[in-house]
Amino acid sequence: MFDQPLSKIIFGRLTWESFPIHEPILLVTFAVVVLLGAGMLAAVTKYRLWGWLWREWLTSVDHKKIGIMYIILGIIMLLRGFADALMMRLQQAMAFGGSEGYLNAHHYDQIFTAHGTIMIFFVAIPLIVGIVNLVMPLQIGARDVAFPFLNSLSLWLTVAGALLVMVSLFVGEFSTAGWLNYVPVANAENSPGVGPDYYLWALQIAGVGTTLSAINMVTTILKMRAPGMTMMKMPVFTWTALCSNVLAIAIFPILTGAFALLMLDRYVGTNFFTNDLGGNPMMYWNLVWIWGHPEVYVLVLPVFGIYSEITSTFSGKRLFGYSSMVYATVVITILSYLVWLHHFFTMGSGASVNSFFGIATMVISIPTGAKIFNWLFTMYRGEIRMELPMMWVVAFMLTFVVGGMTGVLLAVPPADFVLHNSLFLVAHFHNVIIGGIVFGLFAGMYYWFPKAFGFKMDVFWGKIVFWGWVIGYWVAWTPIYIVGLMGTTRRVRYFDDPTLQPYFIIAGIGALIILVGILAFVVQIAVSIKNREKLRDTTGDPWDGRTLEWATASPPPSYNFAFTPVVHDIDAWYDMKKRGAARPQGGYQPIHMPKNTGAGVILSAIAMVLGFAMIWYMWWLAALSLAALFIVAIAHTFNYDRDFYVSVDEVERTEGEHHRLATAGA
Amino acid sequence: MSPNHATTERAAGTHGEMEGHGSKRSYLIGFGLSAILTAIPFWLVMANPLGNDGATAALVIVFAVVQILVHTVCFLHVNTQSEGGWTMVAYIFTGVILLITIAGSLWIMYHLNTNMMPGMMTEQVSQTP
Amino acid sequence: MTTKATSKPKAAPRKKKIAAAAATVSADPTFYLIEADDHHHPTGGATLLGFWIYLMSDALLFAAIFATFGVLGTSYAGGPTPREIFELPLVALNTAILLVSSITYGFGMLAMEQGKAKLTQTWLLITGLLGASFVGIELYEFGKLIAEGATPQTSGFLSAFFTLVGTHGLHVTFGIIWIVVMLVQVQKRGLIPENKRRLLCLSMFWHFLDVVWIGVFTFVYLLGMLR
Repeated sequence: MFDQPLSKIIFGRLTWESFPIHEPILLVTFAVVVLLGAGMLAAVTKYRLWGWLWREWLTSVDHKKIGIMYIILGIIMLLRGFADALMMRLQQAMAFGGSEGYLNAHHYDQIFTAHGTIMIFFVAIPLIVGIVNLVMPLQIGARDVAFPFLNSLSLWLTVAGALLVMVSLFVGEFSTAGWLNYVPVANAENSPGVGPDYYLWALQIAGVGTTLSAINMVTTILKMRAPGMTMMKMPVFTWTALCSNVLAIAIFPILTGAFALLMLDRYVGTNFFTNDLGGNPMMYWNLVWIWGHPEVYVLVLPVFGIYSEITSTFSGKRLFGYSSMVYATVVITILSYLVWLHHFFTMGSGASVNSFFGIATMVISIPTGAKIFNWLFTMYRGEIRMELPMMWVVAFMLTFVVGGMTGVLLAVPPADFVLHNSLFLVAHFHNVIIGGIVFGLFAGMYYWFPKAFGFKMDVFWGKIVFWGWVIGYWVAWTPIYIVGLMGTTRRVRYFDDPTLQPYFIIAGIGALIILVGILAFVVQIAVSIKNREKLRDTTGDPWDGRTLEWATASPPPSYNFAFTPVVHDIDAWYDMKKRGAARPQGGYQPIHMPKNTGAGVILSAIAMVLGFAMIWYMWWLAALSLAALFIVAIAHTFNYDRDFYVSVDEVERTEGEHHRLATAGA
Repeated sequence: MSPNHATTERAAGTHGEMEGHGSKRSYLIGFGLSAILTAIPFWLVMANPLGNDGATAALVIVFAVVQILVHTVCFLHVNTQSEGGWTMVAYIFTGVILLITIAGSLWIMYHLNTNMMPGMMTEQVSQTP
Repeated sequence: MTTKATSKPKAAPRKKKIAAAAATVSADPTFYLIEADDHHHPTGGATLLGFWIYLMSDALLFAAIFATFGVLGTSYAGGPTPREIFELPLVALNTAILLVSSITYGFGMLAMEQGKAKLTQTWLLITGLLGASFVGIELYEFGKLIAEGATPQTSGFLSAFFTLVGTHGLHVTFGIIWIVVMLVQVQKRGLIPENKRRLLCLSMFWHFLDVVWIGVFTFVYLLGMLR
């Protein structure tokens, strides 16, 4: 080690060549990021916001603030992931005949890998964890989650993972091995660079955060429900959050295990997924898909919960078939663990294996179908209000059903042998992910935005967002379905057949229409903040809601409920309103709450440094940060002073203010 | 599902009270059983009294399963009462998922290995005219 | 409309449990808990369940590695086979050590329940030392194998073997560090509720590692020798 040059010891394999200054696209992106970043830092400094940022947000253990920060992370990463999507669409629309397009193969491979990785791990998961964090404790009448510090740590670990992915854009490169970092491409001999290592460390760090968060949410739901809220009186969104998080606890360790083994292959030279010395690359596929398929349901179940809450609220009716909805959710939770092989029917399993997993896959569409009918029957003869959230529900039902049916088509093994790794498959999963998950996340964000901030979002721009996404989705993906059915394969950068070009041009136009939707969303946020006084809701219950999150002020006080509500019915808040339950206006007690702590941010920052050091083989820094990680974590356990009481005075003032506003508005 | 779970939790609510202790008796019983359940399989393999590898393997696995259950009850104190039954539900759920993961992986990878062995491939190729 | 019928308060049995909150259920149900509601104590009873759920997720991490060992367990790639490298007497010794450490931890828990801080620490110390000798013997075994040329890089089987046994050993190492931390914390603060709760979590962790070891010695060593 000591005969190496000093720079090698200090910086590992990081050299000047690691910075992609020869890539004009990256250079421009980097300049923009630096300018924006510097502008933000300057603004924060100028308005003296550092202290406020640290005290009120970075160190906060309040589940609502953590939820909001998760959602902000998801939206920022959506912009990055969508930029990747636009670049791919442009490349595929251009690269025909003599034209090679504008991206070289290595760059293109990084883009499709980053796109998939970011969209699932750093957009979908943070948005869903964020909404669950924000809403679920309110729905069950709790004052916080079971482990508030762990919640903060989970958030910042996820942020650390996302930052590592972003760093890979400007320092080194990202993986080229597809969104699950597939071997044998990601093996040491085929990808000796830092790409797969960025992938692995970013996802391991974020994955720890996701697992901890899931444990936290499940414990919260099991232990902290309001009195009277039995399992079968829980709101459907809470049920789906429970099942989703149980599933996450069951699958994320498998992914962590698979990634850890691949790390050993890459760092230590073991032979788990190598092509020789007894390794088996197929085992990697097996393990990541044991995670991968249930993950789809980890994402979609809470979204089904969002649709259920919205349909019920905006139809002015109790959800049709509450218990069938609950049982369908539980059945999907279990079945989703029995279908993973359908992602590699063509890998060579025998007929018996393929038919078992094919049939299991088809069976899972039954409870899902039952849910669609439940929503339809909830709307049937209801007084439907077509507000923004409800528009997304309707768009979802029309779009998602198509995606579900192409999914069942792909579940038939012989059909899959034709369609495996085709663009038809890509169109299918974008159909369920955009039409199912993204639409639902928008619905949820519009629905609970007034709860989080105290004012609704602007409707005019909201409609532009809506139509941009819905029309854009169909224009972008219908041609992909068609060329996929004709046999075009995925992850291809250049096509020989010029007759395919029109399809890809149309798909590119579709992506641009979605871009309009995304930009309109940014505008909508700005316009809504500007017009917040006009859009203000003082009641805390702007939609005539039915569940407990609407029983408190908007935004809710840090302690959520001055008096813990007692539940008698499924739609607890609707029940309280109907029976004229009055909120007591006195007799407050001091409220026991957890203190803020910076430990989560600090631990995550160290974890990120550890990841970066390991990626670049800076062994001294890795050892140092690992030691720091242990020391800080252990030191944190020596802090026993973790809670405080909100004084009666403060509760009285907060509640009095809410009461005054609520009655003045009415 | 235990319908009254939430309310009993709230009612209990005191912090000094913690579940999950064992008695000296349960620890000693657990220890004695585990010692036996460990010793026998080691003896079965090291001395090989059965003389039949298949039977030995099956027996060793049975002992392991029984010992895991003994540990679960005597040392980990999993029962229907603790935490309103949720520890047990979680334990059983994990057991099922664990079995699916391991058995499923072995089944799938065994099939892959038999179907994709080089010998088998050439056989198929030679069969096609 | 069905809503009306079902949203009426249902008959008594389910609500009895809410009696603490609403003594007079029948006509006018209580909708808010008026008295001090201290359930949100950060050291509340949720921790044990939460930690149990964490252990379940850890069990599934081991499941992934066990499955990998199951698949790669016969991929010797010309390298040594289990029969050639495993020494069952050493494994039996290690198993015995871990088993004894389980019961010593149990005695520590009993001492904790009786409020005997010193005795609890003594048992913890013994448990920690047993754990350390377990890890020591395992490292000795690893060192010997590597010296013989049976390294993790040799074959898929050995990669899986070292990783599975090593992951368990790493967990035991974390357990030992945790024991040391608890020794200090009990010394500093005594058997306060927070420390008791932590000791209970550590108890679950330690016994859980014992359960995992049953899987390891059965499926890796014993069945390996039969292969």
